[in-house]
Amino acid sequence: MMDKPLIQVENLNVEFALGRTWLGKPPMLRAVNDVSLDIMPGQFFGLVGESGSGKTTLGRAILRAVPISSGKITFDDAEVCYDVGSLLKKDLKNYRKLAQLIFQDPYAALSPRMTVRDIIAEPLEVMGLTQTREETDERVRDIAAKCRLNLEHLRRFPHAFSGGQRQRISIARSLVCNPDFVVADESVAALDVSIQADILNLLQSLQDEMGLTFLFISHDLSVVAHICDHVAVMYLGTLVESAPTRKLFANPSHPYTKALLSAIPSLDPNERTKAQKLEGEIPSPVNPPPGCKFHTRCPVAEARCRTEVPEWRELSDGHSVACHFAEKV
Amino acid sequence: MSLLTVENLTLQFDTDEGRITAVENVSFAINAGEVLGLVGESGSGKSVTAKSLMQLNPENSVYSPESNIQLELESGTVDVLSLKKSQEMVVVRGGAISMIFQEPMASFAPAITIGGQMVEQLLIHTSMSKKEAAALSVEMLERVGINEAAKRFNQYAFELSGGMRQRAMIAMALSTKPKLLIADEPTTALDVTIQAQVLDLMKDLVGEFGMAILFITHDLGVIAQVADRVAVMYLGGIVESGPVAEVLRSPSHPYTKGLINALPKLDAIDEPLTPIPGDIPSPLERPPGCVFHTRCPEVIADRCNATVPTRTEVSKGHDASCFALEAKGKAA
Amino acid sequence: MGIFTKAKPAETNQKLKESYFTASQGQLIRARFKSNRTAMVAGWALTVMILVGLFAPFLSPYAPSMAGRDKQYENGPPQIPKFWDENGFSLRPFVYATKRHRSIKTNFRWVITVEREERYYLKFFVEDWQYSYINLSWDLPGDIFDVDFRALTFKTHLFGTDRGGIHLFGTDGSGKDIYSRTLHAIYTSLAVGSLGVFIAFVLSLVIGGVAGYFGGWIDQVLQMITDAVRTIPPIPLFMALAAFMPDEWSAETRFFFIASILGLIGWPTLARRIRTHLLSERSQEYVLAAQLCGASSGHIIRKHLLPSFTSYIIVDLMITFPYMVRSETALSFIGLGLVDPVNSLGALMQNVSKADVLLNYQWYFIPVIFFIAFVLAFVFVGDGLRDASDPYSHVKK
Repeated sequence: MMDKPLIQVENLNVEFALGRTWLGKPPMLRAVNDVSLDIMPGQFFGLVGESGSGKTTLGRAILRAVPISSGKITFDDAEVCYDVGSLLKKDLKNYRKLAQLIFQDPYAALSPRMTVRDIIAEPLEVMGLTQTREETDERVRDIAAKCRLNLEHLRRFPHAFSGGQRQRISIARSLVCNPDFVVADESVAALDVSIQADILNLLQSLQDEMGLTFLFISHDLSVVAHICDHVAVMYLGTLVESAPTRKLFANPSHPYTKALLSAIPSLDPNERTKAQKLEGEIPSPVNPPPGCKFHTRCPVAEARCRTEVPEWRELSDGHSVACHFAEKV
Repeated sequence: MSLLTVENLTLQFDTDEGRITAVENVSFAINAGEVLGLVGESGSGKSVTAKSLMQLNPENSVYSPESNIQLELESGTVDVLSLKKSQEMVVVRGGAISMIFQEPMASFAPAITIGGQMVEQLLIHTSMSKKEAAALSVEMLERVGINEAAKRFNQYAFELSGGMRQRAMIAMALSTKPKLLIADEPTTALDVTIQAQVLDLMKDLVGEFGMAILFITHDLGVIAQVADRVAVMYLGGIVESGPVAEVLRSPSHPYTKGLINALPKLDAIDEPLTPIPGDIPSPLERPPGCVFHTRCPEVIADRCNATVPTRTEVSKGHDASCFALEAKGKAA
Repeated sequence: MGIFTKAKPAETNQKLKESYFTASQGQLIRARFKSNRTAMVAGWALTVMILVGLFAPFLSPYAPSMAGRDKQYENGPPQIPKFWDENGFSLRPFVYATKRHRSIKTNFRWVITVEREERYYLKFFVEDWQYSYINLSWDLPGDIFDVDFRALTFKTHLFGTDRGGIHLFGTDGSGKDIYSRTLHAIYTSLAVGSLGVFIAFVLSLVIGGVAGYFGGWIDQVLQMITDAVRTIPPIPLFMALAAFMPDEWSAETRFFFIASILGLIGWPTLARRIRTHLLSERSQEYVLAAQLCGASSGHIIRKHLLPSFTSYIIVDLMITFPYMVRSETALSFIGLGLVDPVNSLGALMQNVSKADVLLNYQWYFIPVIFFIAFVLAFVFVGDGLRDASDPYSHVKK
């Protein structure tokens, strides 16, 4: 494993304007707030958070699907090194080959008017990666087989398929151009449980087969626990904790992570009513609380938390946290 | 005498593509104060079953003649399926049975205040005056944990957050003191920390109001935390039912077993995930015999694809419909 | 057996299912449309009427203008060809000869009597007045625009009589055959509708398309323009135009003028629909997926947005067409549009509103039936297309 991270995010801020005004600046929504993280090549990096956490925005910012307000994102594989925020034209086109996205909704992500073959072939044709139709067909068949799609189904239209199959088509489309980095944005959230496991296994085998690096965005901690080797937790646009999976689940250091873990309903009925049920609602990201954003719901918050933003510090190897009282917790 | 008894409920839809069986031969009972969980994936028919209890299914639904839904009220037993006019159904809908849905935004009318809708419901089902109804509604909003209930009473649905909207829905559903609350995926659209709060609330309310809940979800973890008994549905039929602890600890039907194995569990993050092979068949292509046989690891050739299995008792109150189980039972 | 006819579930025909899976959107729409009986009937009726309109000169025994009038048969009732009467059976259909005289009983107006003894036999494929299918002899204002080009000139008509007249729908006050006029009026309405729809379509596609695709301030400005045009009241506008139109203008000029104006005030509704549709399609995830592959705007418009469009556009056009026809008819009826002697359904109906006609010459109403049928056929076909063109709504989870 290389030492240099494939994706390096430094102090990233992403803001959106709320509404339009004729004069002056409209109010801004800060979806991602001063986030820094490293994704190493070959990692299955999990990004967890609830609504308003900014995880989807972060994923899209890395892909340059939303504009970056400030901060830096660096993409560095063995061949090219890009400053993602300032990419233009040719380099941007090249970056699109290397970094792809798998969507959440298998029903909306596939154009209903194109055959499966055309959907999967589209990235190849748009990016000009193949010269002849035979070449395209071969690559399409290749990736379709890897995603365990029946080759006869390539002539069909999306309406012929179930949710799980459509998600596979979506995955095939994202991987046909052989990217290095793939963002899977809630890719299994819309699927039934029995199909979820199937797709997760597929993603893992594809990672081994094709040498991919995944950023797996999800709200479901149990799924993330199984498939990711490193997990980062976000709350209201800020990173609160990041650690290798086993460490995070064995020893959560941020009060929010602890609450998140204990909120997951356990399959054992006797394990009812445990510690750390959070009170209150998630604040609106338009008007975040001052100081530590979590202090309004935090069971161990003190006066300090209302005024001082906790710094992002490393507790132990690979395990970082943003909380004033991480050691106590 | 059970509060609600459903026997042999079979429901088909008349569509352009032919007659689709949504629910086949479903039977269960709920006692007062009990929480029954109805678990299933898409196409299992759980929502359709719930809607049948209040005859909320669309016009093209066809009930089989053996279908029977009996509701035990103080005024006597009501045969729900025999009620034809909506006038007669008023007693049941919103009165004896209340329902809350997955998408609270879609369940509240966007142009009427929360309070206005709650009062409207009370005026239909009770003989209260408008003032009394308003006072009760504010009380209910407080009871479900909404701060500043009087202020929220006058707000619109879009002004509340997801969790609060769901609580308001619960408040509205409970204000008529129903005997049975049907909760159709009430927490699926909520964040997990908010879900925990809402589930706690529902459990408290069961204790306080003494009502029964039919809790529909696809999330086994939620069922484990909330339900007393569980019925597992697949493609329109109940494959296994029993006390929650029993069914989750010793699942007897291959589908239940497969479902539990496919779930990622926090206390076993190193174990590989084992999906159930194959895809859920479309309701247009319902497999003959046991509907699960096309994906079943324990399928018995020539038996499972020919006849529908009947219920086998695993232990008291816990039964499953499976030929492989029968065979094992006989062997033991 | 179509894809959507009621098939018994037990007979799962594998080939049928496969054809459903591989059916493109166009094919699915067609299959759904075919299973809608009302729409199919309306579709056939519409096709027949369009063909009738296009071949109007061939099907009419008389020219619809003053040149073709039958001076002997003014205000005459409809003559139905017969095969059989008290004088015996005839293989060839015939009508009776008629004579007219002034009668005291009707205040010395002409009264037509039928002579049942004399028969005029129908002949098919007769040679009569000349007509051209491509008849571009327009007298437009200004000499340079005058065109005089004729092609495909024929003299054959489907039927006619050697003597006397065959007036299937009767005649009007000056002896013009109402049947011929009706058929030509269908043609005129089709022409006006097509031209108006074409102008409206091009304008709304450009304006609505740009507004919908780019959004932002472009959208806002274009919306303001669209709303402004939409608020122009048509009746006062046409009254002003009718006053403004010089009398020297020929029928063709008036025709172009009316059709263009209808198009120019009809585009806002269509533009708004296109814009809305584009706005919603633009934020679909599959568009984002294409953008993330580096697809250019052109590619996205061509391959993703335009195809999603086409069915909506066709439906919108089908629904706009009867509006154009109705507008033109209404305007002509109140005298602000095309007037006599031009053949348009509205002009034909202008004559209908007199009490004289209501009491004595009821056959003047026959064009009204055609007009209603024409508009209804368009509406039903448009509705059927609209229902058929959302074939994915019922398949969604």
